[in-house]
Formats: sequence, C-alpha cells, structure tokens
Amino acid sequence: MSLNYDRALEIYEPTLGLEVHVELNTNSKMFCGCATEFGAQPNTQTCPVCLGLPGSLPVVNERAIESTILIGLALNCSIAPFSRFARKNYFYPDMPKNFQTSQYDEPICVNGFLDVEVETDDGNEIFRVEIERVHMEEDTGKSLHVGGATGRIHGADYSLLDYNRAGIPLVEIVTKIVPNTGKYAPAVARGYVAALRDILRSLKVSDVKMEQGSLRCDVNLSLSKKGSGELGTRSETKNVNSLRSVERAVTGEIIRHANRLQSGEKIVQETRHFLEESGQTRPGRSKEQAEDYRYFPEPDLVPVVPDAKWIEELRNSLPEKPAERRKRLQQAWSVPDKEMSAMVNAELLDTVEQTVLLGADPTKARSWWLGEISRIANDKSVAPTELITVKDVAQIIELIAKGELTDKLARQVVEGVIAKEGEPSEVIAKRGLKVVSDDSELMKAIEAAIAATPETAQKVRDGNIPAAGALIGAVMKSTGGQADAARVRELLLKHLGQ
Amino acid sequence: MSIRDNAWQMASALSNKEISAVELANQHYEQINAVDKDVHAFLYLDKEGALAQAQEVDKKRASGEKLSPLAGVPLALKDVMTQKDVPTTCGSKILENWRPPYDSTVVTKLKEAGVIILGKTNMDEFAMGSSTENSAYGPTHNPWDLTRIPGGSGGGSSASLAAFEAPLAIGTDTGGSIRQPAAVTGTVGVKPTYGGVSRYGLVAFSSSLDQAGPCARTVLDAALLHQVIAGFDPKDSTSINQVVPDVVAAAKKLDIKGMKIGVVKQLAGEGYQKGVENKFNEAIAELVKLGAEIIEVSCPNFEYALAAYYLIAPSECSSNLARFDSIRFGLRVGDDGVKSAEEVMNLSRQAGFGREVKRRIILGTYALSSGYYDAYYGSAQKVRTLIKQDFDNAFAKCDVLVSPTAPTTAFKIGEKSNDPLAMYLNDIATIPVNMAGIGGMSLPCGLAEEDKLPVGFQIMSPAMKDDRMYLVGGALEAALLAKWGKPILDFAPKLAGSK
Repeated sequence: MSLNYDRALEIYEPTLGLEVHVELNTNSKMFCGCATEFGAQPNTQTCPVCLGLPGSLPVVNERAIESTILIGLALNCSIAPFSRFARKNYFYPDMPKNFQTSQYDEPICVNGFLDVEVETDDGNEIFRVEIERVHMEEDTGKSLHVGGATGRIHGADYSLLDYNRAGIPLVEIVTKIVPNTGKYAPAVARGYVAALRDILRSLKVSDVKMEQGSLRCDVNLSLSKKGSGELGTRSETKNVNSLRSVERAVTGEIIRHANRLQSGEKIVQETRHFLEESGQTRPGRSKEQAEDYRYFPEPDLVPVVPDAKWIEELRNSLPEKPAERRKRLQQAWSVPDKEMSAMVNAELLDTVEQTVLLGADPTKARSWWLGEISRIANDKSVAPTELITVKDVAQIIELIAKGELTDKLARQVVEGVIAKEGEPSEVIAKRGLKVVSDDSELMKAIEAAIAATPETAQKVRDGNIPAAGALIGAVMKSTGGQADAARVRELLLKHLGQ
Repeated sequence: MSIRDNAWQMASALSNKEISAVELANQHYEQINAVDKDVHAFLYLDKEGALAQAQEVDKKRASGEKLSPLAGVPLALKDVMTQKDVPTTCGSKILENWRPPYDSTVVTKLKEAGVIILGKTNMDEFAMGSSTENSAYGPTHNPWDLTRIPGGSGGGSSASLAAFEAPLAIGTDTGGSIRQPAAVTGTVGVKPTYGGVSRYGLVAFSSSLDQAGPCARTVLDAALLHQVIAGFDPKDSTSINQVVPDVVAAAKKLDIKGMKIGVVKQLAGEGYQKGVENKFNEAIAELVKLGAEIIEVSCPNFEYALAAYYLIAPSECSSNLARFDSIRFGLRVGDDGVKSAEEVMNLSRQAGFGREVKRRIILGTYALSSGYYDAYYGSAQKVRTLIKQDFDNAFAKCDVLVSPTAPTTAFKIGEKSNDPLAMYLNDIATIPVNMAGIGGMSLPCGLAEEDKLPVGFQIMSPAMKDDRMYLVGGALEAALLAKWGKPILDFAPKLAGSK
C-alpha cells in the first residue's frame, strides 16, 4: 500500500536544505571583461580568459564582490575579513579550464538567516531559515546535445558548445538544514526561494529570472522517523526552475522517500532531476561514484580582503527589506492579505507602487494592472509592463477620476495604447472616446429614450425609481457608452420629476 | 659590431646607426642557420615577423623618433610565452601547431620596446625538467659540449645565448628553469621577485611558483631586459603594484663595499661537485676583495624544499594542465565520429603528453585527493612558510644570500633521463627561491677544473629588492672578467660553422 502525502507526514519528519545559484547582473564576467548579455549569438562573448586558453589569467570583478557582500548583508550574514577562491577540479566539455573557480572552505559570507512567512492552519507563521554560506563562483558554458532521444549527452549524435555563459558571475546561497517544517516543508521551500528572489531583486544584483536560469534551486531533502532524532539520507534535486516546481519537488520527494523507507528500501544519496510534466524526479549521478573535486586555493588569485569601512558603507546602502516594504504598502493602501499576495505573485507590486506614486488611487491602480492589463498580457504571453507604461496607466486612471472617461471607455483606451495607437490622449482623440459631458446633448438622448418607451417613463414618474435603469441603459447605448451614467441618471430623474 | 657583442653594445651600435635592426636580425639568422642544426635551441623561427618588426624600428629611428634603449636588439623567446599568431608549443605535442590569438604581457612589452623576437626556443615539456631532454621535439645541446645538456627547462633560451644565436632571451623559472640553464651554459639568468613580471600569457606549470625573467650574456644586459619586461600588470592578479627597482643603475654601480653577503650553509657539501665548490669559493674570495662582508647563515628548512616543491608544483600542474582536453585547441586524437568526447579527450592526452608531464599530473592528482590533501599539499604549504621564515631570518642579517646555482656542471645527455630523482636534485639550490617568491640570479663564476665546464654562482635577494642581486652580480662579473682577461664564453670551443 502506498503512502500519500498526509500519511507520509504522520510517520516521517522532513528536513530541508536549499542551495540557490544566482547569476549576477554585472556588465562583465567574473574574471574577464567579456559582456554578459543573455541570448547573444553563441561564442560571441568570449576571450582567452573565459575560454581558458593556455596562459590566460583571471582577474576578479570588483562589482561581483560588491554584489555578493550586499547579498550577504541582506541575509544577515557576517562578511569574512579574509576569503579565498579555490579550484574545483573536474572534467566537463563545457567547462573551459576543466576546473571551476569557486570558493570552498573560506567563503565570503557566513551564518545568516532569512525569515519566511508561510500560511498555516493557524494563520501566517514565520519560519526562520538559517543561511550557512554565500559564496562566489563562475558559471560554466552551455552544452546542446543534438540527436538521441533524451537531449542528454548519452546517445547524442553530437554536441554544440556555447561559452558565452562561461565565466558569468554566480553566487551560491546555501542554507543550513531546515528542520521542523512538518507538512509545511513544500511551502517553506517555496516561500524561502520567493523571499530570496525578492531580496535579490530589491538589491538589483540579479535579473532573478528562474525561467532563464538566472536563479536556480537545488532541493535537498531527507526524512527521519518521527521522534527518532536522526537525520535520514538525503537526495538532491538539481536545477528546479520555478517556485511552483520547488514546492512540487519537495512534495514529490517526501512521498518518494516515505514509500521507499516504508517498504524497507534505502534512500540512495544521489542527485536527481526534476521532471516538470509529472512533478517526479529521476535519478542523476550517484554520489557513490561522485568525483573527488581536489579543491585547493586558486593560486592565480589573491585573497579577497574587503575593507571594513566599505562593508559598513554597503550595509548603510541596503534598501528597505521586501517583507517590511510589503507590510508598509499593505497598510498604506489598506489591501487585504489575499490581494497583496496576488500582487506579489504577479510581480506587479513595484508597478502598482509606481502608478500610485504618479497620483493614482491604489485600489484603481491594482485593479487595472491585475485585471484588464494582466488579462491581455496573459493572452499575449508577455509581461503586463511590456504592454503599457506606468505613466499611461496613471493618466488613464486620472481621466476616470476627473469624469472624462468611463471605465468602459478607459478599457478601449488601454486597448488602443496596447495596439500602439499612441498615448492615451491620442487614442481618445483618434477613437473619439471622450465622455459626453454636454448636458444639452445628453438631454436630447434622454428625451429620445422617453419617447421610445413612454410606459417606462411613466413608471418612473409614478415613483418606480428602479425602472429608470432601462432608460439609462438606452441612453448609454445611443451615446455609444460615452456618457457618464451617473450624470444621465441625475438628469433623467430630474426631468421625470423625481 | 659582431654577434658576439653584448646586447648593450648592439643597442649603442643601433642607436649610432652603425648597423640597422634588419641587418642585425639577419646576422643572427645567419648564425642560427649555421649552428642550430647542432644546438637545436629553436623550435620556430619567425623570420618574417622579426624582419617586419626590425624594419619598423629602423623606420622610426630614421624619422628621429625616440626609441627605447633595446630597440632593434634581437631576442629569443621561450616557447612557453604566447605570441600572437606564432606557434606556441611549450615543448609539447599536445600544443603542436597551436597559434595563440593573443600576446602575453611580456611579448607586448618587448614589442613596445622594439625588441626583435627572432623565434621560440626549446624547453622541457611544459617547463618540467632540468635538461631540455623532455621536449617532445628533441633535446637542445649545450654549446660548450654538444653531448651535454644545456640545463632546463629553459635550455633553448640559454643555449641560444651561448651559441651567439641571440644576445637576449626570455626564460621562465618555476624551480630553477632560468638559473640552472644559465649556470651550465656560462650565461646570466635572473628569476625576478614573484609578481615582478606579469605571468599573463605564460602557459602555467605551477602558478604560485612560475616567474618569467631575463636571460643574457652579461648582468647589465639582463638588467636592461628586466627593466623592459617588469612592472605591474592589471591582467595578472598576483603581479605586484610597486615601482620596479632600478636594476640597470644597480648593475652599473660596481661598488659593494660594506655589503653583507650570506653564504647558505645548507647549499653546499654532499652532492656538490668539487669544481663547483672551488669556483664558488673563489668567487667568494673576489667578493671579499671587493669589500663585502661574508657571513655564514643557516636555513635549516631548506632540507625539505625539494620534497615540498614536488608536491606543490605537481598539484598545481595537475589542475593547470586539465584544460588540454582537445576540445577548443591543440591535438585531437581518435575523433572518428563514434568515440565519445571523453574517449577522445583521454586518447589525446595520452598521445599529447610526455612521460614526465604524466608523472607529475598523476603525482599532483594524488596529492590533492581527498584524504591526502592535508598530509601532502597542506604540509608542503607549511614547509613553504618555514622556508620563507628561513629567508626572513637570513635577510635580517645580510643584504643578499649566495650559493652555487647547481650542484654540478652540465651532465651528459641521457645520463639521468631514467632517474627522475637524480634529475630533480639539480634544482636543490634554486628551488627555495621559488618557494619564497624572492629574486634569484645565476652568473658564471668560472670553469670547473675537472671538466672545464661553466659553474653558476647564485645570488638571492629579498622580494622586490631585485636591484641588490644586480648590484652584487655586476660587481662580481667585472672582477671575474678582469681576472680572466676575457668573457667566459670565449673559453668555449667554437661551434662548427660559427662566426
């Protein structure tokens, strides 16, 4: 009999560990001056250093060190007064030097933490995730295996190598083991990665695009029998590429481990790959055949010895913590929890804030960005902010507030701006979308509506106010929606003696 | 003007327009054509590039442009330094026909100074060896006796000087590869302070020990070349951002009165050839005559230097040489469309690396393995610290330290090629300098009585005090020249076809 998730957690306690790799957004690579732009023609952003040509030498990118220290500080780490790079030696075709310049036993940031807020049965609860280390390293190149069924190196007809990514600065953030999360383990894992992503975004040190691989997560998981107090054998699921996948990977591994353990099998310490379609993992290479990386201090680089004063300057330059900012905005805008989360999940918090800063009402700004604009963006599979600017949205909201646009008209303006017909004012002019605010014109339309359905008008005269709705509707229809419904109602009722 | 002149004499003939750079380069190519079939100092001659460079210098000189002191003087470049579009093999099959797309910083500086690069010189594969016998392209022969080794790894550079194929050369020194060849060929070789000359473009053997430096026939010539190639390079993180000491002024000063010169007790005795010790002691006597004070110093940890070196250097080399995987450059063997990338890499490395290189890769891989790291690499690093302390203590008492450069004169080709340990012992006196990152020079101090072969005298100076070894070396050289009546190379037998 196989165990489901809930049963599994009645018997076992999960322990998490998360390793996140972040590509920094520096203009140049970690150890050379090559550009780092994503998606360039293969092998156009290379030089003797990042190709590992004989005789070339690395030079550390100062900006990458600064970014890493900022990350460490934001994660409440201590910054090492002395840290070193080390060589991690192993052969792989897309790794030019056949060693990765990384940090090993002397990382630049150690002992931090990140608080993660998770929705539990008893309301929102904070889980503290302790950070073991934050260190710098370089990315490898990229292999494209052509032919064969799996797209993996085994069975491929040939492989193409692109070294543009080789040497891009990477920061690895490693947690200590995260115990006692119980059934919330998947949510804690997801929440941790999300919170980390927000922090990195607020620091402006990375694009943090999981889908492009600029933020990648390895999920370590083990189970121990409840009350046993012993850590189980862990599996490591590599390169999980979305928040949802992080959550699914943890859930999937809990179920897999529990069922193996329950049937008396052992957990193999190994790396596994996450399969997006099924939410399951499949085995990668076993740690028993794991390579000996033969780490030793990188002799081509001098130790990193950041000035204490500089570290303090960086500490003072840290932006407001995303979680605190969120609380502040939520209060200022009086947004319910659920909608705040929706805004954050849609990655529209910054956008809404900018719109509000341009004078828009927070509720309106939120509903336009998360409603109409997100809907269109979704249809087109693009980000809402790629369709329309914050300035245009703020202007449209302002016109509604002034009564110059109705919601219905405003939707057409948005549509026009997205269709690149120009700024809101141009779209209004071209499409003739101005609200009819001339009372005499409205009166003509009202009289026509009364003339068309005199019985209804009589009902209103007799005090049946809700009957006015039909007349108002007729007026709105005859004016092509360009009338202000409230004004029509006002004029109509007055005209009918109410 | 003769090709037997010193570089500074050639420089002054060029500057007085007694000879053009093109003529001077051509004279050297004639000599190379005449003798290199016997000496085999060169792996590649870039005649076209060199003459174009020489023409450029002549044109500039004719137009009255101010030129650097060595402009137009030819030079031989050790084949471990990259030179754009010129084959750089490191004496290895694995890099056969590889033409680097970039200049090493040393080459950039040489080109800027108008120094004419005649070609690339032979060496032990990847600079691993003390005899140049480990070159995949055949050994270099010592111009003093063609049946003997010219030292190594930079045997080609030093032999080219002794054979008058070039007045200047660039070497690299990881454990003595500049100084020991200088010693056994009767020439001068200097390993500058680690970080004094950029390593950018020097194909790494052991990154924490490698250092490029000048080779010449006189101390002053070496100083002039040192001045050209030294200095901070932002492309090399380990290069030192300080003013280069004025080594040329030091080489010219010739006054060492009152200087304290330490003789290292441990670098003498057992294993040192009698004639080597005699010539060394005679040179010490000259230094006393010049007014120097001789002090005996003890460096007890030097005893462990060789053992520690043969853990650190192979460890670093096992990692540095990993990039030779046949994928982006160099030899590729077995790529038949069926074998995997890994198989092709293995076959290529198997075919491309020689025995000594493989020996050191295996040794280094083992020394860095988990479970062995602390015992081997870790302990070796501790020894390194102790050696530095020995030097610090010694330099607290003296301005420079001295010793024989190599325990013996040039041995016969083939004599030690099957005995790696005997071969390694050649560097027993030079290795401590690399371990501590300080400066070391070798200059000739006479011919050993028993074999009439040159003996090298080593001068060691504290880090970034390279001027001190030039000061002592210049003065000693002048005294010995006066004593001998002619330069030491004039005692060498004439090579067939040589001018």
